[in-house]
Amino acid sequence: MATSAPPDPVIEVVGIEKSYGAVTVLEGIDLQVERGEIFALLGPNGAGKTTLVHILTTLVEADAGRASVGGFDVVDHAAAVRSIISLTGQSAAVDEFLTGEENLRMMGRLVHLGRADARLRAAELLAQFDLVDAAGRRAGTYSGGMRRRLDLAISLLSRPPVIFLDEPTTGLDPRSRQALWNVVRALAAEGVTIFLTTQYLEEADQLADRIAVIDGGRIIAAGTADQLKQGVSGARVELTFGDPVSFERAVAVVGGADVQADAERLALSVSAEQTVAAVKDLLDLMEHHAIPIEGIAIIRPTLDDVFLAITGHPTTEAAAA
Amino acid sequence: MTTITTPVTATPVAPPSRSLARGLIDSQVMTAREIRRSLRSIDALLTSLMLPVVILTMFVFVFGGAISSDGHYINYVVPGIILLCAGFGSAATAVSVAQDMTTGTIDRFRTMPIFGSSVLVGHVTASVARNLVAGTIVIGFALLYGFRPTASAGQWLLAIALVVLFVLAFTWVACALGLVVGPEAANGLTFLMIFLPYVSSGFVPTATMPGLLQAFAAHQPITPIVETLRGLLLGTPMDGTAGPAVAWCAGILVVGYVAAARLYTRRRAG
Repeated sequence: MATSAPPDPVIEVVGIEKSYGAVTVLEGIDLQVERGEIFALLGPNGAGKTTLVHILTTLVEADAGRASVGGFDVVDHAAAVRSIISLTGQSAAVDEFLTGEENLRMMGRLVHLGRADARLRAAELLAQFDLVDAAGRRAGTYSGGMRRRLDLAISLLSRPPVIFLDEPTTGLDPRSRQALWNVVRALAAEGVTIFLTTQYLEEADQLADRIAVIDGGRIIAAGTADQLKQGVSGARVELTFGDPVSFERAVAVVGGADVQADAERLALSVSAEQTVAAVKDLLDLMEHHAIPIEGIAIIRPTLDDVFLAITGHPTTEAAAA
Repeated sequence: MTTITTPVTATPVAPPSRSLARGLIDSQVMTAREIRRSLRSIDALLTSLMLPVVILTMFVFVFGGAISSDGHYINYVVPGIILLCAGFGSAATAVSVAQDMTTGTIDRFRTMPIFGSSVLVGHVTASVARNLVAGTIVIGFALLYGFRPTASAGQWLLAIALVVLFVLAFTWVACALGLVVGPEAANGLTFLMIFLPYVSSGFVPTATMPGLLQAFAAHQPITPIVETLRGLLLGTPMDGTAGPAVAWCAGILVVGYVAAARLYTRRRAG
């Protein structure tokens, strides 16, 4: 990992390895998550994301290496770790036989709130997560989005300073996904440290302060979304033209090593470190030669490009698309 | 859901005290959870309450005349029916534990600072409650059908205590099994628990059985338990069966509890 040692890591993972029988799931994971950060572990299905979350949340013991959360070793001080974390897993951990409110109150009691406090906190969270109308209905009748909301609400009962979200939006419709993202952002704004796994590049891009890309049980790249994208290729400025004559004239006047011309689309692009300056230069150049342009766009590489460049294969999301 | 007022503990709190009081509250919450779940699984609940009555009715009116024509068979068979039903009711816990383990709820519990096997305590306590209700219903029908126990209040209490001990023991075993097998295989256990009482002195005297079965019947736990129950309720001679009955239950209880608690903590996340 190319990150410099952070001063105050909340989550620290050193050389974690895990196999199930002959299947190696994690082959030496190192990472650090700082306080108040949204950290995304991005990778395709079967990359080892959930296994790492299970190790960090004390559900599974690693074969080698060590990990700590909030300074507590996840094996030696599992109880202490459990008191500062919450996990929202892939399968929504709500009790289908209980109503939304009963789920919250029961879990409230289990995180050691008194009866009255549990009731108050449940009412508070039902309101915050837009579940008041459904509070008296069994969770088994909830939609996918409502279950995830209830699940996340349960996670927040104890106001944990560290939250693990294992693929929190997998299977959600775009609106529910947006709503969940807003919740995650609001939590992070209050200083909660969030460790999330996702196979959606957009999700990591939208939410995370830092991203680690995991594939085949190894972290193959880490950094901010921008850093990862820069690793592939810089942004490009693209001009489009209304007629072939203008296009040909532009190709003739625009110099530089990295010019890409697409005669079919009548588009011409140059790579640009400083996109604003490049836009200005190009527009000046076109004006100087009196070449009419139809459009101008800045094209940034997506994390899909990043993923393809690093792993040599597209993400499941891109592959399915 | 855009405004969230969640103050954040800046520094990790100290490890929670694992006091007895905490364990009791956790277990109590889990028991309430399991009782609610039982009450809302209507199919399973009706089966567990009605099956004993159906079995009792069959033995008294269908087989009863052939097994013993003097009409007193009901007095002989009711203790066996009670154990058959309690065994079946206990074994049902294997299914509910196995089903519970397939949900994400258990993984969440395991990431929370709660008393380790309180989930299982919930299942066991709920099983005792279910079986007490089912037992009361079946005894009610038995009285209606002509069951005439001679027990004093004290003997009734002892009989109930023995049945509760029996249910505790077999429910913990069921918990352990529910932790290692899936819901379907767990269902198989309930059948084993239905057949075990048949090869005991619960329904017919063991003297009528062929040699091998007779030896098995004489040395399996149900026989001394059913003889003790019969002695308490009907005043039949116990011939020192009470000691073995309690010892069997206590032994099975300890083995079942230790196995279940260990399996639960060692079980890896699904």
